[in-house]
Amino acid sequence: MGKAHKFGDDISTDLIAPGRLFHLRSNLPELAKHVLEDADPDFAKKVKKGDFVVAGRNFGLGSSREHAPAIIKLAGVKAVIAKSFARIFYRNAINVGLPVVMCDTDKIDDSDELEIKLERGILIDKTRGIELDFPALPKVMMTILNDGGLVAHIKKHGDFCL
Amino acid sequence: MGQTLAEKIISTHCKRSVTAGEIVVVNVDVCLTQDGTGPLAISQLKELDMEIAKNPKKTVLFIDHAAPSSKKELSNDHIKLRDFAKKTGCMLSDIGEGVCHQVINESYVKPGDILIGADSHTCTGGALCAFSTGMGSTDVAVGIALGKTWMRVPETIQIRVTGKLQKSVYAKDLILHIIGLIGADGATYKALEFSGDTIEGMSMSERLTLSNMAVEAGAKAGLIASDEKTREFLKENRREDDYARVAPDDDAGYERTIEIDAGSVRPTISFPHTVDNVKTIDEIKDIKIDQVFIGTCTNGRADDLRIAAQILCRKHIHKDVRLIVVPASKKVYLDAIRDGTIEMLVEAGACVMAPGCGACLGVHEGVLGDGESCLSTQNRNFRGRMGNPNAEIYLASPACAAATALSGRITDPREVL
Ligand code: SF4
Repeated sequence: MGKAHKFGDDISTDLIAPGRLFHLRSNLPELAKHVLEDADPDFAKKVKKGDFVVAGRNFGLGSSREHAPAIIKLAGVKAVIAKSFARIFYRNAINVGLPVVMCDTDKIDDSDELEIKLERGILIDKTRGIELDFPALPKVMMTILNDGGLVAHIKKHGDFCL
Repeated sequence: MGQTLAEKIISTHCKRSVTAGEIVVVNVDVCLTQDGTGPLAISQLKELDMEIAKNPKKTVLFIDHAAPSSKKELSNDHIKLRDFAKKTGCMLSDIGEGVCHQVINESYVKPGDILIGADSHTCTGGALCAFSTGMGSTDVAVGIALGKTWMRVPETIQIRVTGKLQKSVYAKDLILHIIGLIGADGATYKALEFSGDTIEGMSMSERLTLSNMAVEAGAKAGLIASDEKTREFLKENRREDDYARVAPDDDAGYERTIEIDAGSVRPTISFPHTVDNVKTIDEIKDIKIDQVFIGTCTNGRADDLRIAAQILCRKHIHKDVRLIVVPASKKVYLDAIRDGTIEMLVEAGACVMAPGCGACLGVHEGVLGDGESCLSTQNRNFRGRMGNPNAEIYLASPACAAATALSGRITDPREVL
């Protein structure tokens, strides 16, 4: 179980991992101290292991920087839940082993206690006492995620095994 | 049913006929990374114990985003890229060579190729009719080592543009208009295919502007059939032999078709802080601008600089405005030096920097101050993009940028041309 940290629509990779911190990209633990800083300056301080990032439409639009999902994961976030995701962010998140869930986030409030059952496609909002269904990840992505990300997948199989 | 450009190109790379919706593993012809994403790709290759490139002559490591370096950490990343290139025989495009998307299209990609790049604007290569798409460092690292990647064959939205663009309306205005129409996520997971006589009449420089911004509508690719214009461009870059005609079937199945009358497009501006927040020039009031930036993979080509120079010729920029100009590549820079464009721009007050990304992403060379506004020819205006979340970015064509530099206010290029 973890807490919801709510954000709006169009959270770009510039808000998650800003270009002005470009020089920290080879130092992910340091960059993670600034995760989502330009959307919520206190987020890195507030977030606890097992919490969730909850957002509106088109989460992660913009640059291909994989550092964005990588530092969200490094900050301890268990999954990102949004109405929709930008394509590259979605793929990157799976590759780094960060679950991404698409559902109607209007029903979730900031600070709600959440739990997700990824395999079953169910999100439980304990605070509100509701269950939300979400579509399962495509099979390819589930395989990569279950292997622990793309690097682990290739290490395990020596090639794509999708 | 016939095939779209995306289906055609992907089919030839997995040796069977595919349709939208299928998931396939494809061979990759060209891979690119830049200095923001390359170091992580290299770390992943080390982690995989695969410090090799399947096709080193077509794997290009660019140093363009912070080039030359502005910080020791970045310099160290650059060392990592240079060492990896030496070790593996991969191509290195070092400082001064230019922005990855300009150089890759001038020198490496050909019609019908699949290009994957660890940079979201890799879709620029769609202008040469290559299936070009942006991915993250790990995907591209695996592509470099194995020479393949997995992808879902995208559905395609056809954008048919017909008629003549009005005077002072450019490819940039057209693509901003399209993004305003379909929204920043209007084409997520899909490909765009641009066609119609307006597109056929466009130069490669203009087509590159269109394809470059496909990702700003969420698209995976922004494709244009290859034709004589493509051949000319390749010839200009001394590789006419790379030309191949690639076109969609007449009965290709599109998810939908959007018809646009080119004559109805006006000079268009994207307002802070999302690209789809567009207004036409006639809709806007007095907006003061502190910095004008002409350059980037969107609009930093020789044609773009010439259009700006024509407007600025024998004039001087407004005293309260800074004008930064960054040619997209060394070739562009040399062309613009040789034909006098650079001289005109400098005389008008421009500060011309080395080819690369320049001020586009807020690392260096034009970071905005608190409360400042910039009018830029780049492709993105997200909050914080130019290094300061307390600044505002407007996007427009090079003509609008030059007109704005003269007056210090967002200005209709039709007033000065
Ligand atoms: S010019 Fe801007 S948009 Fe283009 S590759 Fe460089 S940083 Fe990205």
